[in-house]
Amino acid sequence: MRKPTNNVSIKRNHQVDMGQVQNMTKQSSRRKAIKTLAATTALVATASSLPLFGRYSQAEASEPIKIGFQVHRTGIGAAYGRWYDRATKAAVKKINDEGGINGRKVEIIAEDDGTDPKRGAEVVEKMATQHGCDIAFGTLFSHVVIGSAPRAGELKIPYFVVSEGHHVASGMLNRYTLQPGITDVKSQVQAMAPFVSSSLGKKVTMIYPDFAFGHDHRDYFSAAIEAQGGQVVAKIAIPPTESSFTKYFPKIPRNTDVIYHVMVGPAVLTFVKEMGEFFGNSRPEIFGFIDSLEAVDLASPGLEFLEGTYFWEGNPRYAQANQSVYDKDYRTAVGVDANGASLSDSKDVSTYAHMFGCWETLHIVKAGMEASGYSGPKDRAKLIEAVEAMTLMPHSHAHPQGAKEFNGRTHQVFGHQYITKVTNSKLVLAHTTSISDTYYPDEVDYTKQPF
Amino acid sequence: MELGPYIILGLLEGLVTAAVLSLMAVGLSLVFGVMRVVNVAHGEFFMVGAVLAWWIAGSIEGNPALGFVAAMLLAPPLTAGLAVIADQLILKRIGYDPERTIVATIGLLYVIQQLTLMTFGPDARPVEAPFNNRLSIPLLEWTNDGLALYWPWGLGTTSYKIAVILAALTLLVAIWLLMTRTRYGLIMRATQLDRETALAFAIPVNRVYASVFGLGAGLAALGGVLIVPIQQAHYLMGHDPLLLSFIVVIIGGLGSLPGTIVAALLIGLSDGIISIFFSPTLAKIIATLAVAFFLVFRPQGFFGKRAL
Repeated sequence: MRKPTNNVSIKRNHQVDMGQVQNMTKQSSRRKAIKTLAATTALVATASSLPLFGRYSQAEASEPIKIGFQVHRTGIGAAYGRWYDRATKAAVKKINDEGGINGRKVEIIAEDDGTDPKRGAEVVEKMATQHGCDIAFGTLFSHVVIGSAPRAGELKIPYFVVSEGHHVASGMLNRYTLQPGITDVKSQVQAMAPFVSSSLGKKVTMIYPDFAFGHDHRDYFSAAIEAQGGQVVAKIAIPPTESSFTKYFPKIPRNTDVIYHVMVGPAVLTFVKEMGEFFGNSRPEIFGFIDSLEAVDLASPGLEFLEGTYFWEGNPRYAQANQSVYDKDYRTAVGVDANGASLSDSKDVSTYAHMFGCWETLHIVKAGMEASGYSGPKDRAKLIEAVEAMTLMPHSHAHPQGAKEFNGRTHQVFGHQYITKVTNSKLVLAHTTSISDTYYPDEVDYTKQPF
Repeated sequence: MELGPYIILGLLEGLVTAAVLSLMAVGLSLVFGVMRVVNVAHGEFFMVGAVLAWWIAGSIEGNPALGFVAAMLLAPPLTAGLAVIADQLILKRIGYDPERTIVATIGLLYVIQQLTLMTFGPDARPVEAPFNNRLSIPLLEWTNDGLALYWPWGLGTTSYKIAVILAALTLLVAIWLLMTRTRYGLIMRATQLDRETALAFAIPVNRVYASVFGLGAGLAALGGVLIVPIQQAHYLMGHDPLLLSFIVVIIGGLGSLPGTIVAALLIGLSDGIISIFFSPTLAKIIATLAVAFFLVFRPQGFFGKRAL
């Protein structure tokens, strides 16, 4: 009995509402028309007296392009966050000084995610709905990317990550998530394996952080070293929040030729120091990912034992003998000296091996927006298609780390990797891999997914 | 690595943990014993000690040992001063009511942590140890020529870690002497036994409370100063030691100093050995499980007296 009555009343209300709405629309459109008329008259009057005004009116009147920057200001990724922020600001300043994107200024809206996946998803949501950002950008830690990307996909906001994780190219995420500015772990470790097995040894013990990023290292390096005829003799996973490490080292088998270490978190210096204390003067060969010492001074007391060991670097921290003009200019723009530390504080060491990814990603966003004639959120799909269409990216001011090749199907970029040797407490370039060393077969074709 | 060296390394690591833990837990236990306050912000005093140590050591030029000694002398009293202010401003105002002090110290925890984040920043920062040589530990083995020394691979510690163990031992003896041999200790024990009677004997209970809260925080800060050359100063470093201190204090018996020290040794050593043989996560699981069993079967802890 009740249901129909309710329906009727709802309908009636609905009709009333519609009437009001129509009235309002009429009123507002009339007001709008008068306003527009007045504005146009004023504009025509001014433009005729100022001949140059017309050329810039579009840019002046346009809102800036808003880039939501998901930054690890606190939590275990804080050191990276600080430098990702500096690299991002420097890139935006350069882009704006050169006229912005499509004549519009770029504005960064930064928000801390606490290096926390749950907070990460909230930040992405805030950027899309509250701040009205055109895109979201800048996430590093793999668990935050994995936590945030699904929300970006639901909100249909392009999400440009600078994370190294293989989760983009593995097909785990979605068409809205792209990684065009930094190579992924699978590429990196695959390019390192031949060097490790031929120059250092075949029996490898791996020490890595116990979350997605570390698991990428574990899985893809194990496979890559076996392909080289080597073998991983032990896999030691350490939680990234751990603060003391000696208790993990007895698990290193005595027959280890090479220690392969990659660690993140606030205690990385303790990790490397305690590794040195464990081995004393009878250490095996050591190959590390610079992540274990990003933002840490190599001349810190307790790190002397690293002399003669090797590191992977995404981009060499110390200015090398063959430094390109692009690296030189990029270094100055971000405010980094030849030792990889801040120009204003030599103790503030950068995350040089990773932060170039922010700089390069922003240049790719610019190129993509210009190629697609991006004018606002309605063109988001066009932007993604434009980036997917990219292939070769030459070594240039936009790509100071080196030339790269983007794969639009997997949304992942491929590029050179650097192996440096600790020599007099500095990292000196020993080997540069080719781009093709980082190739692997596609695991996904995101271009086939609908928007 | 063979079994013998394994166990020795585990014991050494465990002793360092136990040393720092016992200082911290004794502070927590004192505060509870005398004031009946469960200080949830205790871990933050540990962190403040470490952060102040970084700041003091960094502002003194020259030999790193000089900076570290200055930090040892200055950071604990400064932290104690902070705690006394917190006691007077907050705990005294709410009449040391057990439930309200828990909520108040949770608030204090976040205030201190966030203030540190805003000033000191989110990074971990190292303090150089005054001395830090690696000591290889030789073992004896039977060879054809009789007993011989050999140096197992990976078995070693550092002179600084040994010093931490010795320093903690000295400090614990000092605390015990303070409690049992001084007038201040007598007043503290009197307040602990019966607050009303102590008041009747003109003991300034409020001042005793403030000083005990300061002393507890100072001990936590000392633990922080001692550990900072091994680990690093970081604004979130107070969390794990707080948890372990609670475990230690519950197992040892709230308010019982000997119980606290025995429990700290037990937890520290088992953490060291279980971590090395199995995994550090398992060590934490077992410690937490032990607390659960104690709470069920012996809620007064090792040496605690059952409340009436």
